[in-house]
Amino acid sequence: MRIHRLTATSEALKVIEMLKKEYGELVFNQSGGCCDGTAPMCYEKKDFHVPSRNVKMGEVGGCEFFIDKDQFEYFRYSQVILDVKEEKAAFGNSFSLEIDEGYQFITRSRIFSDEENRLLKEQEK
Amino acid sequence: MAYSRPTYKPRYENFIGGEWVPPLSGEYFDNLSPVDGELLTKIPRSSTADVDAAVAAGVKAFETYKHTSVIERSTLLNKIADKIEANLEALAIAETLDNGKAVRETLAADVPLVVDHFRYFASVIRGEAGTVADLDENTISQEIHEPLGVVAQIIPWNFPLLMAAWKIAPAIAAGNCVVLKPASATPMSILLLMETIQDVLPKGVVNIINGAGGKIGKHLSTHPDIKKVGFTGETTTGQLIMQYATENIIPSTLELGGKSPNVFFESIMDKDDEFFDKAIEGLVLFAFNSGEVCTCPSRALIQESIYEPFMKRVLERVKAITQENPLDPTTKMGAQASVNQKEKILEYIRIGKEEGAECLIGGAEYKNKTFPKGNYIQPTIFKGHNKMRIFQEEIFGPVLCVTTFKDEAEALAIANDTIYGLGSGVWSRDAHQLHSMSRGIEAGRVWVNCYHLYPSHASFGGYKKSGIGRETHMMMLNAYRHTKNILTSYNKNKLGFF
Repeated sequence: MRIHRLTATSEALKVIEMLKKEYGELVFNQSGGCCDGTAPMCYEKKDFHVPSRNVKMGEVGGCEFFIDKDQFEYFRYSQVILDVKEEKAAFGNSFSLEIDEGYQFITRSRIFSDEENRLLKEQEK
Repeated sequence: MAYSRPTYKPRYENFIGGEWVPPLSGEYFDNLSPVDGELLTKIPRSSTADVDAAVAAGVKAFETYKHTSVIERSTLLNKIADKIEANLEALAIAETLDNGKAVRETLAADVPLVVDHFRYFASVIRGEAGTVADLDENTISQEIHEPLGVVAQIIPWNFPLLMAAWKIAPAIAAGNCVVLKPASATPMSILLLMETIQDVLPKGVVNIINGAGGKIGKHLSTHPDIKKVGFTGETTTGQLIMQYATENIIPSTLELGGKSPNVFFESIMDKDDEFFDKAIEGLVLFAFNSGEVCTCPSRALIQESIYEPFMKRVLERVKAITQENPLDPTTKMGAQASVNQKEKILEYIRIGKEEGAECLIGGAEYKNKTFPKGNYIQPTIFKGHNKMRIFQEEIFGPVLCVTTFKDEAEALAIANDTIYGLGSGVWSRDAHQLHSMSRGIEAGRVWVNCYHLYPSHASFGGYKKSGIGRETHMMMLNAYRHTKNILTSYNKNKLGFF
């Protein structure tokens, strides 16, 4: 059984497809810190230079998904599930693209079991 | 007695060139109150063309405003402060309805600090000067300050009015014009603020543009007429703004949050006196502003010898936090700023439990009988260890993570084991310990035997991934101006090279 660090809900995949039609290729980077921290940021791929030491957690809807190397140290024991919420009214102050369309991507997490952590270690040798 | 909910205009416009201008798209979005989940007003959904109009208004205003004297600018800032002070209560109520925070905080902290911030910059620009150096008997070097031009400011939703003041006051004191984008969750109080001061503000000196960040944020940050970007928010958009700033080679100031340690040494319990009482409050300040503060003291490090008796007293104080109606001045903690924010906090509470942290109090939504559609969370304390995600990620809610340490060396190691470095607190009766800890902590602000004080004349900003640059304090003026060197020779004789 292959363990995935990153998955996405079907709703999130639908929003990704919608955004791709408008913007072309996209990239995700897990954010941290103030306000909308811990939300995944979705930008045009050509717009955002992914910091070279960031860790790639996987791909969703054909888009790469990265996280800061130091932040990854705390995320490495969690599976990340990219989800989306319809958010017509209140949204934050980030530049993530889905917000203009009335959505907000969110990062849900599930802590891996000991067995999953063991398998991941094997897998990533 | 709780304040009643005032009626606001059914919709607001952008504030451009001193006028209230509808968005070119004609589109608006709902601004709901997190207090009761009901509609407050409607806010423009701006497009890039609206941004261009706002920047153009700033450019036009700057042609005149850059020539204003220090006296004129100081007088302007004082007039703004007076207007805000005269409308303090109305602005405080609007801030509570827009953001959700308890009205006792907006009345006593947010709006009075806004007033003070304008007065502070009004005064310091009168008392400072450039420098002159006599390089030799015939050569004089002058260092002159000049404003940058039109600056973009993108502000967060946790202190909408105060963060607007932190950014606007130094920028216009230094002679710049501003295009400010409020957070889309909390735009209304800033628009009310502009209504309050529009009579005294020269047209175009401050322009407000509303909408989500994706399109207009990029357009604003990369606009060739924008000479600086100031941003408060999360880390990745901070990085994106820095990358955008390379396009026009302009500076950016970034404030990106933290995971601030609040360290309690055993000597605080040497006596059960007023100082110990202050230390208990110092820990419970994690619930200030419903925990939505970049400097929230969200990690409490407690010396293990006092852990049990100290926590017993802390938990009594947390139990006394009331949260039913944020508009009631006796209510101690208000709502979370949005539905999404509430859900994010609940997600972290779930992660904390999954990680094996022990929930000492709270740990769930607060069921508000007065406002069942509002966004409320119970003040929550987890006990765990510093490697857990809840100890490392900014939750931005009333969730405190507590751990213990043996000695000063371990306290410092845990305090600094974070990617952030914004705020921190140290509590002790030992002066040497206070000094060594406050020098050892890697953060832009160390509160010593106090917490959550924000005087204008004290710099604020981050180490590590908490950001770049400082806010507040007169040093902020230099973040909003150029230095021009005028080098004058009074020597009639040539150099002799040619």
